[in-house]
Amino acid sequence: MKRARRIAPQAAVVAAALALLAPGRPAAGQGVPAIPYETFTLPNGLQVILHEDHSVPLVAVDVWYHVGSGDEQRGRTGFAHLFEHIMFMGSQHVPVGSFDVWLESAGANNNGSTTQDRTNYYEWMPSHALPLALWLEADRMGHLLPTMDQPKLDLQRDVVKNERRQGVDNVPYGRADETILAALFPPEHPYSWDVIGSMADLSAATLADVQGFFRTYYAPNNASIAIAGDFRPDSVKAWITRYFGGIPRGPTIPPRPTVPEVRVPRDTFLVLEDRVQLPRVYDTWHGVKAFHADDAALDVLAYVLAGDKNSRLYRRLVYELQAAQDVSASNWSARLDGMFQIVVTPKPGHTPTEMQRLVNEEIAKLTRDGIDARELERARNTFQSRMLSRLASVFGKADQLNYYDYFVGTPDYARQDAARYDAVTAADVQRVARQYLRQPRVTLTVVPQGRRSLMVTGVAQ
Amino acid sequence: MSARVLLPALVALAAAAGCAHSPQAAPPPDASGARTATPTTSTGRDSAAARDGAATRDTVAAPSLRRAAVADTVGFPTRPPELPEPKPLTVPPVVERTLPNGLRLLVVEHHELPVADLVLVVRTGAEADPADRTGLATLTASLFDEGAGGRDALAIADQEAYLGVDLSTGSGWDLSSVSLHAPTARLDSALALFADVALRPTFPAKELERLRAERLTQLVQLRDRGPAIADRVFPAAVFGDEHPYGRPLTGTEATTRAITGADVRGFYERYYRPNNAVLIVVGDVQPDDVARRVGALFGDWERRDVPAVTAAAAPSAGPTRIILVDKPGAAQSSVRIGGIGVARSTRDYFPLLVMNTVLGGSFTSRLNQNLRETHGYTYGAGSSFSMRRMPGPFTARGEIVAAKTDSALIEFMRELRAIRDTVPQDELQKTKRYLQLQLPGDFETTGDIANQLVPIALYDLPLDYYDHYSAGIAAVTQADVQRVARQYIDPSHLAIVVVGDRASVEPTLRATGIGELVRQPLPKE
Repeated sequence: MKRARRIAPQAAVVAAALALLAPGRPAAGQGVPAIPYETFTLPNGLQVILHEDHSVPLVAVDVWYHVGSGDEQRGRTGFAHLFEHIMFMGSQHVPVGSFDVWLESAGANNNGSTTQDRTNYYEWMPSHALPLALWLEADRMGHLLPTMDQPKLDLQRDVVKNERRQGVDNVPYGRADETILAALFPPEHPYSWDVIGSMADLSAATLADVQGFFRTYYAPNNASIAIAGDFRPDSVKAWITRYFGGIPRGPTIPPRPTVPEVRVPRDTFLVLEDRVQLPRVYDTWHGVKAFHADDAALDVLAYVLAGDKNSRLYRRLVYELQAAQDVSASNWSARLDGMFQIVVTPKPGHTPTEMQRLVNEEIAKLTRDGIDARELERARNTFQSRMLSRLASVFGKADQLNYYDYFVGTPDYARQDAARYDAVTAADVQRVARQYLRQPRVTLTVVPQGRRSLMVTGVAQ
Repeated sequence: MSARVLLPALVALAAAAGCAHSPQAAPPPDASGARTATPTTSTGRDSAAARDGAATRDTVAAPSLRRAAVADTVGFPTRPPELPEPKPLTVPPVVERTLPNGLRLLVVEHHELPVADLVLVVRTGAEADPADRTGLATLTASLFDEGAGGRDALAIADQEAYLGVDLSTGSGWDLSSVSLHAPTARLDSALALFADVALRPTFPAKELERLRAERLTQLVQLRDRGPAIADRVFPAAVFGDEHPYGRPLTGTEATTRAITGADVRGFYERYYRPNNAVLIVVGDVQPDDVARRVGALFGDWERRDVPAVTAAAAPSAGPTRIILVDKPGAAQSSVRIGGIGVARSTRDYFPLLVMNTVLGGSFTSRLNQNLRETHGYTYGAGSSFSMRRMPGPFTARGEIVAAKTDSALIEFMRELRAIRDTVPQDELQKTKRYLQLQLPGDFETTGDIANQLVPIALYDLPLDYYDHYSAGIAAVTQADVQRVARQYIDPSHLAIVVVGDRASVEPTLRATGIGELVRQPLPKE
């Protein structure tokens, strides 16, 4: 899969208060549904977060390892995600294939995902199956390597290469993301490549890489496990102690690579030929880290630009002029850095350059005149509603607990998170538009083969 | 973000297709006739909406790999824990009311969060499209929020975002729907908007022209995506031109150009009638209160006789053949294999559900195990029976690395033959347990529950249907599975569609000898 425009489950993290849905004057964080939790850390460093919810006989287990493609080195891009796949190939007490067979036999579903910043593994299931999921997670955390071998690596390497084909190489515009990242970040920055990595680097990964990566990053002191749903805390604590307690603490986790400060020194124009019928233009600016003081205002800015039918760009380009087939705007913020992006596909008979001129006109209007109260309210209320939806499932709650714990140091951050959005003013949105969208940008035009003349070559004003 | 497997698509799509709990790994692509809800999701960049149920016959056991516990595992059990019996799921009761105009109301209370989900199910979909107006049902549904009551398109969108509600409309083959997700604190305003959109659409001419132009551009863009091409060519190969299921849900260039405002209004007037509809309400509500509010909003909706939808008989399947569509340079080949399946009313529902789950309906199913976890030919393979009012397609599918297209096809065929043999008892038991124990998760949120009620509304299933669901699966025997496999999967009469790089895949596909190979041009849209 592609790197999410925003880190997926946490996208637009906005705590919701139903009280806030009343238009007018929301109070900070008021009414955010509480996620009462208990947390403790085993002597080996594994952090445990528990949230009881007995409304349905379901439970979710969500293990976060604090490693992602942001910890990779050039020459081994895509390795964190390839490793994620290998984690499902069995461990010392789990024969190849049994991981999934045993879980399915108990009615459980499972998956994993990798971002720039973390890798998660999760099961959601009827509550009686909880000890099985915990035992399986413990076996692969503590006992992966004794049965690790070359065939496991080679098999999942082929699967991941097909994942890349299905998500990148065989998809129109599929190579746009990695092209932009390589231009936006300097080559030594680990965000300069996409999570899926390159075919050449996937081919280069060795069994020694697998063993080294596991020993370095897959230690209890680099992980947290959140459990949400229908369980008895005493039972869970007993299982966790028994299954995870004997796993030895790993060595100190190496610090994240030191990243240079990112600047786009001047407007940069790129072109990519692809098997597409219509060109598409991508404008990308350097953004901010997750939870930066301007992060929430940039989220609101993205919504005001292209979040609904009344948004500035959608209404003008798609609805009124009908010059564009689609437009999107996104603010992606992660642990080391972020970016802000606007993407437009012109309809047949219209050009990328024309699209970019219209985008620039709308940005200029917004930076000059600001936004009105109704635009701000639509954005806030939509974000609030999305937050409630994320908290509707036990897995959603478990993943939110881990997310906040990792990014801001406490699982119980929903109210403060909501307050970030409550605090955004129309003036903030205008200010961040001025501050970030007037910087130099990277402009990529994806064009049909042989149509490089359609490339945008200047920032039209 | 990269993930281990693509998860079956959103439950919302399942509702649109009316296929919740039908034995498929994932909703078929035609389920996405629902209009994209927001501009930001309409870029089409996320075209890899492929799905795989992926799964496996467990072929690999490696007891020799087990080792004695070492020092750091003292106390760690070397065998998986014994699990207690699962808790019985108490399916929430459904309260039923019927308005004097015939509108049936199904209400389920769910008080965990202060939200509600509503789905107005209209029991007619694209099956009713005239042959020269394909795409009419989906276009009609997509116009509801382009003007309704006293509001124009922008005012509707403004109200939706201002209230923080999700409003969506769409059509599948045998249903159309209007859905709402709203906080109960704003339910009055949200219901008023919902009722306007469902009962008082104005179908403005300028919005029809706008959506028509968007659709024509989408048809141009369709040529970019091999999987989307395969999903158009395959049903046509199975059902032909005369049967509605062989036609594209969202129309062709010619039919998209031909549809008039009178067609749209006529479709709406004919089929959107209270006596042809069911309203599902799930959430933090009281049934009496819901009935009162719905009565006030929908009570004046005029009853009228709704014409029955008829269809030409589906053609009988010819000998297995391979239809190859050229997609030069494609890194993967999009493979679709199958034929005509069954209607939702089949008496073989549970045996088929079990059989298909063994074959291609979960991660450990045989197709996924073979093609992904044994051979690495794909990111996921699976199969599904699209059960509709009339028999829909049976489809096995995968996106296959181009160089292994022939090898993968051989493995697909191997599994389609093998499923006709007796399924081992342990594999059968694993599958039945898996299906039975999925049920609690299908009733987790208000949206989940509303989706589970759609088949009840659409196919006249009893209100206590889910109370007997587990028993229905428990009753399935080895002999049942074998019987339905032999009855519904005939390896000698399959339509096989491959969209890929013809120059590199055609010679090896021919060499497989699986069936006559026919070249087909890209569909003219």
